[in-house]
Amino acid sequence: MSKIRYERPVIKKLETGMPNKFGTRTEYAPMTHIDGVSVKSLIKEYGSPLFVISEKTVRSTIRKARKAFETRYPKVQFAWSYKTNYLNAICSIFHQEGSWAEVVSGFEYDKAISLGVDGKKIIFNGPEKSEEDLCKAIQNDSLIHIDHLDELYTISELADKSKSRPRVAIRVNMDTGVYPMWDRFGFNYENGQAWDAINKIMHSGRMELVGLHCHIGTFMLSPFAYGIAASKLAELALSVEQKFKHEIKYIDLGGGFASRNTLKGSYLPGSDTNPTFDDFAEAISSALLNSNFKQDNLPLLILETGRALIDEAGYLLGSVISNKRSSTGRRNTILDIGVNILFTSFWYDHKITPAQSFTQYSEDTCVYGPLCMNIDVIRESASLPLLNRGDQVVIQNVGAYNMTQWMQFISLRPHVVLIDMDEKPHVIRLRETLDNITGMEKVPEHLANFNK
Amino acid sequence: MKKRKLNIAVTGLNAIDSPGPGVSVIRALREASSFDVNITGLSYESLEPGIYMHDLVDRTYSIPYPAAGIDTLLARLEYIHEKEKLDVIIPNFDAELYPFIKLEPKLKAMGIHMFLPTLHQFEERHKVNLNDFGRKYNISVPKSKVIYDLNTVHSLPSEFSFPMIVKGKFYDASIAYSIEQVKSYFNKISAKWGLPIIIQEFIHGTEFNVTGLGDGKGNTIAAVPMRKQYITDKGKAWGGISISDEKMLDMTRKFLKNTKWRGGFELELMKNKDGELYLLEINPRLPAWIYLAVGVGQNIPEALVNLALGEKVTPFATYDVGKMFIRYAWDMIVDREEFEQISIYGEL
Amino acid sequence: MKLRKNVAVSEAGLLFNPVTGESFSVNPIGIEILNLIREEKDPEQIGRIILNKYTTDQATFEKDYYDFIGILEHHNLLESHEETKA
Ligand SMILES: Cc1ncc(COP(=O)(O)O)c(C=O)c1O
Repeated sequence: MSKIRYERPVIKKLETGMPNKFGTRTEYAPMTHIDGVSVKSLIKEYGSPLFVISEKTVRSTIRKARKAFETRYPKVQFAWSYKTNYLNAICSIFHQEGSWAEVVSGFEYDKAISLGVDGKKIIFNGPEKSEEDLCKAIQNDSLIHIDHLDELYTISELADKSKSRPRVAIRVNMDTGVYPMWDRFGFNYENGQAWDAINKIMHSGRMELVGLHCHIGTFMLSPFAYGIAASKLAELALSVEQKFKHEIKYIDLGGGFASRNTLKGSYLPGSDTNPTFDDFAEAISSALLNSNFKQDNLPLLILETGRALIDEAGYLLGSVISNKRSSTGRRNTILDIGVNILFTSFWYDHKITPAQSFTQYSEDTCVYGPLCMNIDVIRESASLPLLNRGDQVVIQNVGAYNMTQWMQFISLRPHVVLIDMDEKPHVIRLRETLDNITGMEKVPEHLANFNK
Repeated sequence: MKKRKLNIAVTGLNAIDSPGPGVSVIRALREASSFDVNITGLSYESLEPGIYMHDLVDRTYSIPYPAAGIDTLLARLEYIHEKEKLDVIIPNFDAELYPFIKLEPKLKAMGIHMFLPTLHQFEERHKVNLNDFGRKYNISVPKSKVIYDLNTVHSLPSEFSFPMIVKGKFYDASIAYSIEQVKSYFNKISAKWGLPIIIQEFIHGTEFNVTGLGDGKGNTIAAVPMRKQYITDKGKAWGGISISDEKMLDMTRKFLKNTKWRGGFELELMKNKDGELYLLEINPRLPAWIYLAVGVGQNIPEALVNLALGEKVTPFATYDVGKMFIRYAWDMIVDREEFEQISIYGEL
Repeated sequence: MKLRKNVAVSEAGLLFNPVTGESFSVNPIGIEILNLIREEKDPEQIGRIILNKYTTDQATFEKDYYDFIGILEHHNLLESHEETKA
C-alpha cells in the first residue's frame, strides 16, 4: 500500500477576519515547473538554493516593452542597465535583442567592452568615472553622461589633450512631483544649473552635446512623472536649438519603471496595480509628441529600464530547513535563502509559492533565512501551506539587483541557471567555492602555521 | 405584467457599528419597481450580519480580500457566476473598487454588469489629490498640502493657521493645535498608514453629506443631501435628515458635470458660518445611509442597476425634505452551524 | 492526556468547544489524531499508526505531534493534569 503524502496536523480558531480556504485558495497555487523544467529536478541537479532565469521571459518582456514604445514613438532605443543584472549571459540576451549598454563604473564599462559591445553603443553614467575610464570612453566614442562640473572640466581637458571631441550628455535632476526627489545626481533643472552646464559645454566647443539625460527614481508608480520629465527635457533641448542652432540627438529618460513586485506596506498586490509598459509609454510619448519638436526631427528616445525588464524572469528556488513556533505561538519557517542573496526582501513582499501541491490548509507564517542575524527575514507574514522540512519553494520576481547586490556572507553564493528557449538549463554562473574566496586572500608570513 | 428577475450580487454586508452599505442597498433593490431580485451576498468575513439575513440575502459566498490579487478574485467570481448567473455586481467598499474597476471588461464579457467610476475618476478624487481636483473642476476644497518629511512641518504655520487637520493616506484624521501635535500625529499616522501625510485647513462649520448617482456623461441622475443628526464615536451617522439646499445640489451637479462621474458616490461637505461650502472628500460608492434616499423617493440602487444594464434612466426630479433615518441595532439568533458553514465552505 | 469531554468534532473538520464557545477548523490528519486521542491511544501508538499510513519519519512526526498538542493545550481543549489525576 502506498502511503499518503504527510501534512502536519493543524488546528485554527475560526475567527472573523479569517479568510477561509476559498479566500486564499489560489494565493499559493504551486509552481512545480519553470518553462517546462521541474523545480525538483533543478534542485536535484544544481542544489538548493538556486537562481533560475527564464530566457523566454527575458525576451518576451523586452519585446513587450519595445512594442509599447515603438508603436507610439518613431525612434526608440533601450540600453540595458548593467547594474540590475550584469551576468554575461543576461547582458548578451539584451544585446541580441538590440539593447545598448548602460554602465555606471569602470568595471561595468570594461564588462560591456569585453562582451563585444560597440563602444558607440555604451552609455556611461554615474558620478564616479576616473580619468582612465574617461580616456577609454573618449577613445571608443562612447556616450558620456556628465554628472557634475568637476567631471565636465576633466572631460574638457582630456578632449583638449587627445584632440578629440567627446560625445556627451548631461544628467538633469528635476521636480516631477514624486518623492523623494533624486537631486543628488546631475544638474538641477529648476534652479538653472542644467542650463548653466549646457552653456558651459556649448561655449567650450570641445565636446559635442548629443543628449539630455535623467533618471527620476526607481520603482516609480506614476507614469505621469515621466510625462513631466519628458516635457522638461524637451523644453531644454528646444532652448539649446534656439540659442545655439544645435540639435540635441536624444533624450534619455533613464530607468525606474516599477516591476510586478509588491512593495512592503502596499495593500494591493503590485502585479495588479503597478503601471504597465503601455502606461509609461503613453505618458512619455505623448509628452514628447506634444512638445514643439518638428515632426520630422524628433529626438531619439533612450530608455535605461532595468528592474521592469528582468525581475519577472528571475526565480529563487530554496528548501525548508525547519518549522518552529515562536515564544508567542507564531509559526516560523526557516528557508535556506537568506537576505544575503535576496537583498530585495528589504523592499518587497516577495511572492513565495510551494513547488509541490498542497491541501487548502494554511498557516500565517514568518519566513526567515538561515543567517545568524536578526535582520534575516524574507517575509514578515505570509499565508503559506503546511510546508514540511525539505519541501521546496519558489520565490518569484527576483531577477533584478539580487544577482549584483548579493553578498558573500557566511555562506557561498549559489549557481545561477538559465533556461533557454528550448527549455534546456545552462549554468551561467557557478556556485562559489571555498577556493574562490580564500584564493584572493593572503596571510602574512608571521601568521601562517599557527599550530606550530 | 410580470416583472423581470435579476440576479444581483452585493458586497458590504457588514451592517455593524461602522457599517458597510450592502444591507441598505439590498433593501433598496428589494423595493425596486422595475425588477425583482435574487440577491447573492459577497462577504469577506464570517460574521458580517448580512450573511445571516435570509429574508434579504438569498445566498452568500465569501470572496478573497483584495490583497489576494485580481486573478484570485476573478477565479472566485467565475465560480459564483457559474452557480448564480449574475446580471449585476454592486461593490460597496473603497478597497475593493480598484480590483473591480480593473475587472469590469472581463466581467462584462461574462455577462456581469457594473456601474463604477473609471479608474481615472477613482484615482483623481483620492484625498492626496484633492487640491488639484478642486482647481481642475473649480470646486472649493479646503487648502491642503501633502508632506513626506517631518522637517517640512516647521514651515506649515506660514501657510496654515491652527488648528489644522493631519490626515493619513487612507484613514485617520486628527486635529492639531500646535506644531508639537502635528509632529506627533505625523509620526503616529505615518507609522500606521505610511507616507504621505496630508495637512488640511480646518474649516469651522457643519458637516453635510450628499449621495447621488452620475450617468457617466455629466448628468445628475439622483442627488439627496443629508445632515447628520447623531454621530457615533466612529464618526458615522446614526441618524440624519434630508434637507433642501440649492447650493449643495449645485455643487453636486457641478461635480457630476465637470468630472462626468460614473456611478454612485457620497460627497462630504462642510459649510462654514458664512455659508460657504467646501468639498472635504469624495467617497466613490454609495454610503451606508443610502436607504434614506430610497425613503425620500430616489431609489438610487435601482437606478444604478438599470444604468449598469444599459437602460435609459430618467433623472429623479424631487425628493421629500425633512425625512429622517434613525439607525438601530438588531440582535439576530443564528445557529452555530451557519457560522461554521460559511467559515469552512465559504458558502451559505 | 484526554480531550475535554464535551468537545465536538465533526466530519468536515470542525471542532466546537461548548465551554468557551470557540470554533476551530482542523485538517484531516488533525482530526485523525484527535480521534486517536479520544480512543485513548498513547503517543507511541498514534505515532505508529500515522507512520504506517503517511510518508513521514518518526522525528518529524513527533515534533509536529507535540506542537499540535501544545496548540490544543493553548486553546484549552485538553483536560488539565489536575483534572486527569482527580
Ligand atoms: C542612471 C540609471 N539608469 C537606469 C537605472 C535602472 O533603474 P531601474 O532598475 O529602476 O529601471 C538606474 C538604477 O538606479 C540608474 O541609476
